[in-house]
Amino acid sequence: MQNHPVFTDNDPQTEYSTLNLGPTHPATHGVFQNVLTMDGERIVNGVSTIGYIHRAFEKIAEHRPFYQITPLTDRMNYCSSPINNMGWHMTVEKMLGIQMPKRVDYMRVIIMELARISDHIVCNSILGVDTGALTGFTYMMKYREHIYEVFEEICGSRLTTNIGRIGGFERNFNHIAFEKIRSFLKIFPPNLKEFEALFNRNRIFVDRTKDVAAVTAETALSYSWSGPLLRAAGVDYDVRAMEPYSSYEDFDFEIPVGTNGDVYNRFLVRNEEMWQSMRLIEQALNKIEKEDPNIFHADVPEFYLPPKEEVYNNMEALIYHFKIVMGEVPTPHTEVYHAVEGANGELGFYLVNDGGRSPYRLHFRRPSFINYQMYAPMSQGMLLSDAIINMSSLNVIAGELDA
Amino acid sequence: MLTDNFILFVQIMSDIQIVEAPPGVEGSGFFATSIDKAIGLARSYSLWPLPFATSCCGIEFMATMASTYDLARFGAERMSFSPRQADLLMVMGTISKKMGPVLRQVYLQMAEPRWVLAMGACASSGGIFDTYSVLQGIDEIIPVDVYVPGCPPRPEAVIDGFMQIQKLVQTESVRRRSSPEYQKLLASYGIQ
Amino acid sequence: MTKITNEELLNSITAKFAGVTSVGEPFGLLTIETSREEIIDLLTFLKTDAKLQFIFLTDITAIHYPKQEKQIGVIYHLHSLVNNVRIRVKVFMDENDLHIPSATVLWDGANWMERETYDFFGVLFDGHPDLRRILNVDDMTVFPMRKEFPLEDPNRVDKRDYFFGR
Repeated sequence: MQNHPVFTDNDPQTEYSTLNLGPTHPATHGVFQNVLTMDGERIVNGVSTIGYIHRAFEKIAEHRPFYQITPLTDRMNYCSSPINNMGWHMTVEKMLGIQMPKRVDYMRVIIMELARISDHIVCNSILGVDTGALTGFTYMMKYREHIYEVFEEICGSRLTTNIGRIGGFERNFNHIAFEKIRSFLKIFPPNLKEFEALFNRNRIFVDRTKDVAAVTAETALSYSWSGPLLRAAGVDYDVRAMEPYSSYEDFDFEIPVGTNGDVYNRFLVRNEEMWQSMRLIEQALNKIEKEDPNIFHADVPEFYLPPKEEVYNNMEALIYHFKIVMGEVPTPHTEVYHAVEGANGELGFYLVNDGGRSPYRLHFRRPSFINYQMYAPMSQGMLLSDAIINMSSLNVIAGELDA
Repeated sequence: MLTDNFILFVQIMSDIQIVEAPPGVEGSGFFATSIDKAIGLARSYSLWPLPFATSCCGIEFMATMASTYDLARFGAERMSFSPRQADLLMVMGTISKKMGPVLRQVYLQMAEPRWVLAMGACASSGGIFDTYSVLQGIDEIIPVDVYVPGCPPRPEAVIDGFMQIQKLVQTESVRRRSSPEYQKLLASYGIQ
Repeated sequence: MTKITNEELLNSITAKFAGVTSVGEPFGLLTIETSREEIIDLLTFLKTDAKLQFIFLTDITAIHYPKQEKQIGVIYHLHSLVNNVRIRVKVFMDENDLHIPSATVLWDGANWMERETYDFFGVLFDGHPDLRRILNVDDMTVFPMRKEFPLEDPNRVDKRDYFFGR
């Protein structure tokens, strides 16, 4: 592997050097490799190699019952696992035709928006770190701990949450959880404002990110981009607005849209989405207060696992528990596609069922995988430092890339 | 008032914990102990880790490095991403069969003495992924010193694993790396 | 918010393409089946027609039914952002004659989607610029998502069946 150019007599610029970027990355973005052909600092060509963390999720899903696939979905986009969990539950509920009570929908909205905030915190602060600004990262990671405390209060786990069940939640949110959510909504906004004050009009940051990797809307659509990347390019496609799920139609929120799709726009779009997420959480908290506080799951005993006290004391609950776990409940012979707005884009679940306990075929439409394929064509002609910033702003999560 | 401040200053300074000296012979102007203990002490409180973060455990490691569960106060201030300058290889996350040769190459590039910490269920044994593409534990390709179970392990568990490594470093003999048992261990992995 | 109903959509498709059979509308998503000779014309029509405008390719994947006559099906999901309607197109093929024209002529995003489908099922996409494995190891000779391939690594020696309940 050459990493310095060899000069010939005729023209010293005609020899290209090869630089291997990854898979062990200095910046912990994940394990993927780019072999770059460089002309000095400028990238001439790049070849991406992925699959270094391929764990065969789709194959595993064919061998697991529906409720055991939730921990698998956790580990796809592990920075915002509750969104994956909720998306999977909604897919199965769509297939089974279960209608969720409003309170459960609002609880789901709170969880999903907290997860979206936590993912955007990571993405934006790591983008700052890649430009050299470590302060933003150090201060913002503290607020991820607050979000982790909320998740821990609700489901017991911090990162790979496995929140919820098919049919609702496993237990109601207790008052401590609500207090923690409210306190998060109080303490986070001043710090997000501080973070924005540090970066948005910082001359160095703007110079490094403005007009870097600008993408037109046509190119973005042709590469099937979605999520904050597509919105930064100017297309206002958000699954929550277009095909509302989990009662998003009851909420009042805006979709931030950028202009030219460069790294600066993506940063601003993600920041603004965090503000909108907080708005959604506040509205959800207000709406929950008006509902019956004891509802936390749909009334579907054939699919929702009964609580353990009832299983040990009640005959019907025991029978339902047995039937659900052993897969004796017949499921429809059909196929369904359901999409949710993940932190990176449209996260889709294509489920083909043959009536048994496990899916016949489950395919995840993973936004990081589809967004990342444009990276190699996009980095042609870029400077190396711009290419690193570009990769950081694409927010590629390796678990979702390889599945 | 000056004396009050001085008394306060002395009190604060005497609350600072410093590492206990190893057993040795003390005299006026000198302190004699064995080289193993002195070097072990110095090494264990200045381990430079190489965060080999592949998946979810990597994010939990980032939380461990952040201010709430600060790992830097244990001496791991400087994360080295170059294997040549690292002491401790922390493997965090699932290692697939495609990644195995890369991990092995990183391990081979580290200089002795080197330690390996397998964080998480996937690095220890393959975790929940018993599939055709996942390596069932990194101890199939490199020797491991400490395993930290969990999926992902809590930051406190990671710190506990790190402290176990520190204990191993403190009690290790200086001659261990050239001893025949260690050479036999490496040979069983195919490493010369 | 749909501006086109599924019947209108189906009618405008079957008016131009005779070989299209409608499979159904599971959960409101029109699913049609066609053959590999017509697939690129159908996708071009869906993408470029002024009224339909299915400009967004959501995903390409495949499915394996070993007991059917045509075992492997390639499945396209398209999305029309202007009309807010989705459509699913399926093409079934025999295992021994597994090739289909590539959709990279229409969408650049189909590149990696088709590579993933090739990697897992062995579907050859004619005209694809760079058809090679993407997620599995490069020297793998089998296609892991097919039903006959086992989930667990068969070469493991350290798994005692007694402890794994076998």
